[in-house]
Amino acid sequence: MNWHSWSEFLSMGGYALYVWGSYVVTLVVLVGEIVALVMRRRGVIERLATFYAARRRNHEAEA
Amino acid sequence: MTKSGRFSWFLFSSPQTFYPLAGTLQPWFGALAFLLCAVGMYISFFVAPTDAQQGEAYRIIFIHVPAAWMSMFLYLVMGFWSGVGLVLNTRLSSMVATALAPTGALFTFIALWTGALWGKPTWGTWWVWDARLTSELILLFLYIGFMALQAAIDDQRRADKAGAVLALVGVINIPIIYFSVQWWSTLHQGASVSMKSAPSMAATMLIGMLIMALGFWMYSIAAVLARVRCVILERERNTEWVMEEVGGQA
Repeated sequence: MNWHSWSEFLSMGGYALYVWGSYVVTLVVLVGEIVALVMRRRGVIERLATFYAARRRNHEAEA
Repeated sequence: MTKSGRFSWFLFSSPQTFYPLAGTLQPWFGALAFLLCAVGMYISFFVAPTDAQQGEAYRIIFIHVPAAWMSMFLYLVMGFWSGVGLVLNTRLSSMVATALAPTGALFTFIALWTGALWGKPTWGTWWVWDARLTSELILLFLYIGFMALQAAIDDQRRADKAGAVLALVGVINIPIIYFSVQWWSTLHQGASVSMKSAPSMAATMLIGMLIMALGFWMYSIAAVLARVRCVILERERNTEWVMEEVGGQA
């Protein structure tokens, strides 16, 4: 084990800004991509449902 | 399965058959990615010892190197599927290439970002215009250029073709990034892992880095499968099966 206390762990031997700045930003980027993908999927399904509904209405109007 | 009972890879080359397969595989790769990254993080903070020269700052290596590897590897995969799409005119290949670009760009960004945060305490600067850093920045621009070019062309087939040509020309940048530390004098250290020489780092450091790399790899597969499913729905919206798929879910 490298650390004897929480504060020692968090201070990263004086390199806290650099080490945590790397890990936190990486985490934010990857979680951000997951959220973006979930939202994109919902958006696509919603948009296509509207698209199909509009097309059906057009067909019915023509008929 | 084909009629003769033999397994055929071509079975999954159509968007309609690949879509449910991707949906089945995606959570497994996601779970694997989570597990590997959790183990990798544990090793990188609690098992790997403090570095004699760089102190704790070196712990950035556990995301920097795997992210840099993924940024190059994903580009090669994108180039490969772009090429297949260009030559064989297979729709799914181009869709996969399209789905790879954003994840590749994100890993390139992570490699550059963590590199800057590592460079400051060890070199005394966030950035230098040397061969390794500049060619990696060009990689980011190639990913962004690929996405912008595809988005700018309305005709899907022409967008795929133009993107594929850009992706293939850009492949030349990958060996330049990889060998830049040998070809030019640079602040950046040499390869962390080499096939030819014995590992230059402690075994636990190497194992932690490799596990994180595997985790990023599995994450990339999961993310790309999720994105290609969205791309398939968008591009195949005029087919019967997508209509049923969306109708069943909405």
